[in-house]
Formats: sequence, structure tokens, C-alpha cells
Amino acid sequence: MDQDIITSIRVIPMEHYLMLSFLLFSIGVAGVVFRRNTIIILMCLELMFNSVNLLLTAFSAYHSDPRAQVFVFFIMLVAAAEVTVGLAILVMMKRNVDSVDVNQLNRLKW
Amino acid sequence: MVGQDVLVLLVPALPLLGAVLIGTLRKRLSAGLAGGLATTFLAGAFACSVALFLSEHTELGGRTLRLFDWIHVEGMMIPFAFRIDALSLTMMLLVTGVGTLIHLYSIGYMHADGRASTFFAQLNLFCFAMLLLVMGSNLLITFIGWEGVGLCSYLLIGFWYTNPDYNYAARKAFVINRIGDVGMVLAMALLFQQFGTLEYAAIAEQAGSLLTGNHLVVLATLLLFVGAMGKSAQLPLFTWLPDAMAGPTPVSALIHAATMVTAGIFLVVRSSVLFELAPVTQDVILAVGTATALLAASIGLFQNDIKKVLAYSTVSQLGYMFAALGMGAYDAAMFHVVTHAFFKALLFLGAGSVIHALGGEQDIRRMGGLRGSIRITYITFLIGTLAISGLPLLSGFFSKDLILAHAYQYSPVVFALLLGGALLTTFYMFRLFFLVFHGSYRGGAHPHESPATMTIPLIILAVLSVVGGVLNVPHLLGGHEAMKHFLSTAAPALGASSLHLAAAVEWTLMGITTALVIATVALTYRRFAIAPTLDGDSASMPMPKRLLAERWRIDELYAWAFERPFGWLSTQFHAVGEQRVMIPLMVGFGAITLRLGGLVRRIQTGNASFHLLAMLAGIIIFLIITLLSN
Repeated sequence: MDQDIITSIRVIPMEHYLMLSFLLFSIGVAGVVFRRNTIIILMCLELMFNSVNLLLTAFSAYHSDPRAQVFVFFIMLVAAAEVTVGLAILVMMKRNVDSVDVNQLNRLKW
Repeated sequence: MVGQDVLVLLVPALPLLGAVLIGTLRKRLSAGLAGGLATTFLAGAFACSVALFLSEHTELGGRTLRLFDWIHVEGMMIPFAFRIDALSLTMMLLVTGVGTLIHLYSIGYMHADGRASTFFAQLNLFCFAMLLLVMGSNLLITFIGWEGVGLCSYLLIGFWYTNPDYNYAARKAFVINRIGDVGMVLAMALLFQQFGTLEYAAIAEQAGSLLTGNHLVVLATLLLFVGAMGKSAQLPLFTWLPDAMAGPTPVSALIHAATMVTAGIFLVVRSSVLFELAPVTQDVILAVGTATALLAASIGLFQNDIKKVLAYSTVSQLGYMFAALGMGAYDAAMFHVVTHAFFKALLFLGAGSVIHALGGEQDIRRMGGLRGSIRITYITFLIGTLAISGLPLLSGFFSKDLILAHAYQYSPVVFALLLGGALLTTFYMFRLFFLVFHGSYRGGAHPHESPATMTIPLIILAVLSVVGGVLNVPHLLGGHEAMKHFLSTAAPALGASSLHLAAAVEWTLMGITTALVIATVALTYRRFAIAPTLDGDSASMPMPKRLLAERWRIDELYAWAFERPFGWLSTQFHAVGEQRVMIPLMVGFGAITLRLGGLVRRIQTGNASFHLLAMLAGIIIFLIITLLSN
């Protein structure tokens, strides 16, 4: 990794990355659990992915261990695939119930 | 593998091939073709047996042909092997020879039956199983054949399965045989524990070092005898054999007269070394054999079904064979097995020919005067009747007289009992004969002689019934006891029995027996040939006779002693065990599950956010637990 980038990452203390990442993840969880708009839910999922990515990158720089960055690429790939499926579901949902409100899909119950 | 071994293999393989071939093609084969194929296969096996008989050096004590290791585990080694010696060769010749004749006869007898090819496949399968039984070199292979013949017997008794009575008879035969089989299995386990092998030869070798009266051997032989009792229809397990007459008549002739029912005798002869060590068992066998011979003969006196008379006669004759075994006269028993196979097969096939001629009639009260219309059957049946009665110089005379002579030497009481049985035999056989063939016809059918495929076996068997005695002519009559010497090569016990009676005593015994038999024939001629006295319904008979006609009510006794308590027990289990315990229990479990499910199913709201929240809560709880436990 380019030494400049590593240095610039290390300028900010580790706790800040942890805190930011925790906040982003919490926002993501809250969005997924409490929002009803499926598009927002999908975006919140991405937010959770990226908070983890951020943390992985920070750790990678601080420990001078590039292995964590491999995971970042994997996560990006999985996220891209997940979004494809998610958006496809979204399109079908719109076609079937004419809404993107996740609470419209409540027929699978007792 | 040398040519000789191929011959040995072919003997059981040909009938098996026939069974498989005819069984698979049964829908396409006509009755005649299936019968022809089955007969050809068995005749091939007979030819192989004859070739073996002529070429094997049995005087060296026989040999074992090992095919492959069948069961080979730690501490247990059971090869799949055949034992070829004088004993198995005798039985092979008997099974394939008489079997071929009966197959040939069946072509004519079954020609109009729609399932004739199935019949022939099963008949061939039976011959295969029977050959396995007699050729096996160890108890386990014998047991395969033992169960195989039991299965075929079941299938063939219930061959006309649309009749519920026949199915009942088939099941009865199967269940009673199972009781005997329990004895046989236990005996095998005991012998294996004692000797560590089930090979006849190895057991015989090791048994030589045991003392007479060894408790384990006594127990094992008693259990083996229980097995023999079931298969050979001895008291108290004989009730299935008369019912087994539900099957087609050739089946009665082959399975329930000539071959399968002699499996018990074969088993005892095969294990003669062990039985020689157990005098207690021999006494039991003698007692059971004598009792069966008398009881079955007494039942035969007043039966009116032509096949039932012959069935009880078979049970009675098997009793004679066991009596001989009990006295240690193995050669006499085997000799009687052979001659009995000839004349009893002849009698059954003759009866089948009569039934065929009368279009299915089996009640001798509606027969009579048939000697004119079915001449060949008449003459051959007469020969069979004379042979079974033991008229001099016919085959039955030699074998029965040998048993009677042994009985006299053993104890005059046994002799008197067996002689009484012989006279009863003469009485019921000639009663049957006169009622069927003499007097005037009392039925409404138009009797016609059977086709050549049926009469030719009758004629051959009649010839064998006449000359069968030459196999074992006693010294007294200038013979050399050829069969005894032949058999003695298989096991020493088979030739060990000897008569020490003075020639004068033997002549006297022979004279007394013959005179009494002829007197009995005269008596039956007067009562049944000229003006036959016919029995009506058994309920109208005076008491002792009624008891005989109703077969000592043994079936009723068994029904009262076993079937009713068992039925009562089953009803109780159903009423209490099932209705009051099992069903409420099961219903209760169901209800509890349903109630609990009703309580917790409210959680399933179908709301995605709620489920996600629940999942999140679950993960958090799980994490907390993990963290705390560290």
C-alpha cells in the first residue's frame, strides 16, 4: 500500500474510526429495523457493509496487514450481488403489490 | 472344476433355472410348454443324479464340494458346500426321480388351469429347495432348503388362492412349520456353541469324543427333533398335513407325501451321530413315532375324503419311519422313505386321476364302481394299495417288515402297536379302494380315463412300487441288504443296526403279519366291496366311531387350548392396551402439541421489520451470553 495513504490514515486515532464505524453500523441497523421503505432498507444494508469495510481498512493500516483489505473486496463483491437480487425483488414487489412498503408483505404468517 | 463337480452343481441348478425361467416368462408360456420345460429341467437333474450315482466313489464315505465361503467372520466359518455321499445321493435320486414323474403327471392334471405356468415354476422351485436341503454339507444350508420347501409348500397349498379355506390351510401349514423351525434354529445355535461349526462331518468327528447322554447333545437332538416333528407332521404338530390337501393333487403327492415331509427323517439320519449319543431323545422319537402311527391310522379309518385318507395314511407312515429311527434302525427308516415315496406318490397320483375323471369329486361316498371306466388308474391304485398294506414281495412288504422285525427285537409291545397300526392301514386303504373302485357308481359324473401324461407316471410308479423291495432284500430271503450297505458308507450308524432274530422267529413274524393283513383285506372286502356301508354325517355315529371320524377332535382341542386363549389375549390387548392406553396417549400428545402451537404461533406476525428486530434481539442476547460466559 502506498505509504502516504497509510500515514494519512494513521493521522486520525483508531478510536475515531471505531466510533464512526459503530455509528454508521447502528444507523444501518436502525434503518433496516424501523424504516418501512424497502429502498431505504436496502441502502441501510449497504451502510452496514461499508461501516465494516471502513473498520477493516483502518485496522489494515494500523497493523500493516494487507489481508484485511482482501475481505473488503470480497464484501464489495457480495454487496454488489446482494443489491442485484434486492433490487430485483424490489421490482417484483412494486409489480405485485404496487408499493415499496415492506409491511405490505405480511401475508406469510399464522 | 472337473466334470464331476459340474454334475453336482447342475443337480440343484437346473430346477432353479427352470423356476426362474418359467417364473419370468409365465405370462407367455402355455400350460403345456411350461410343464414340458419344468419336466425337462428336472429330468436333466435326475440324469445328473444318476450319472453321479454311477460314478461317485461313495464307498469311501462321500466327499464335500466347496463352492465358496458363505459366512466368514471372526470365529465363524460357514462355507457354501455340498455333501455328496450315499445318503444325499439316495435323496437326490428320490427327489428328482419321483419329482420328474409328478411333473410329467402335472402336465395332464393342470392343463386347464390358467395359472399352470406359475404352478410349474413353484414346483421347480420346490425341487431346488429340497435338493439344497438334502445336499447341504452343513445345517445352515439344509436350513435354507428347509425354509425354501416350507415356502413352496405354503405357496402350493394356497395355489387356488381364491378359496379362503385353502388360504387358511396354507397359513396353518406355515405357522405350524414355524413352531418346528424354532426348535431347529435353537438346535443350530446350541450345536454351534458346542462344536464351533455346523458342518455335519466336523460335528460327527468331534461328537466321537463325547459321552453318551451328554446333556447338551440330548437337548440339541430334542430340539432338532422338534424341527423334524413340524416338517414331518408328527404328533403334536401333525394337524397341518391333512389340511395341506387343499393344494392341487400333484402337490400332495410330491411335497406332502414323497419328499418334503421326509425331510425330518432325513435330518435325523443326517445327524445320526448325535442321536446315537442321546438315548433319551431316541426313546422320545420312538414314542412319538409309534403314537403318531397309531393315532393317524385310527383317524384314517372313517374319513370320506379320498385325499384326507391318504393324508392321514402319510402321517401314519411317517410315524413308522420315526419309530424305526427311535430304535436306531436308520437304514430301515430310509428304506421306508424310499418305498413310501413310490407307493404314496402312486396312490396320490391315482387319487388325482380319480378326481380328474370325476370332474373334481373327492367324496368317496359319491364314487364306486370305477374299475371299469378308468382301468389303468384302477390297476395302478390296486398295486399301490397292496404295496402300502405290505402284501408279500411288494416294496411296502420289505420296508414295513424290516421295521416290524426291529420293533419285535426292541420290545414286543412296540411290535404289537406297530402291527396294529399296519392292520389299521390295511383296513382304511382297502376301504378306500373298494369304495372307490368296486360296487356300483354312486355319483352323477361321466368318468373318463386320464391322458397319457398322467397314466405313464402311474404305470412307472406302479412298477417301482412292485419292485422297490429289491433295493434292500433281507438275508432271510436270499438278499444282501444292498441299500443298508450303500447307506452305511455315509455314516457308521446307518449300518449299525442289526437283527439278531432267529430265522424261525422272522418267518413267524412275517407269517403272522401277512396272515392278519390278508384277513383284514377279506374283512374290508365283505364290508365295503359287495354291499358298501356308507357313513352318514359324523353327528349320527355312535360315540367311539364318531370321535375317530371327527379326528379325535384334535383341531378343536388346539382351537380350545391355543387359539381361544390367544384370541382372548389379543382381544384384551386391543380393548385395553390399544383402545384405553395407546390411543388416548397418542391423541393426548397430539392435543398438547396443538395447544402449545396455538400459544406460540401469535409470534408469527408476518411483519418483516418485527422479524428483523427479533433476529437482532436474538443476536444481541447470544452475544451477551457468549461474552459473559468467557
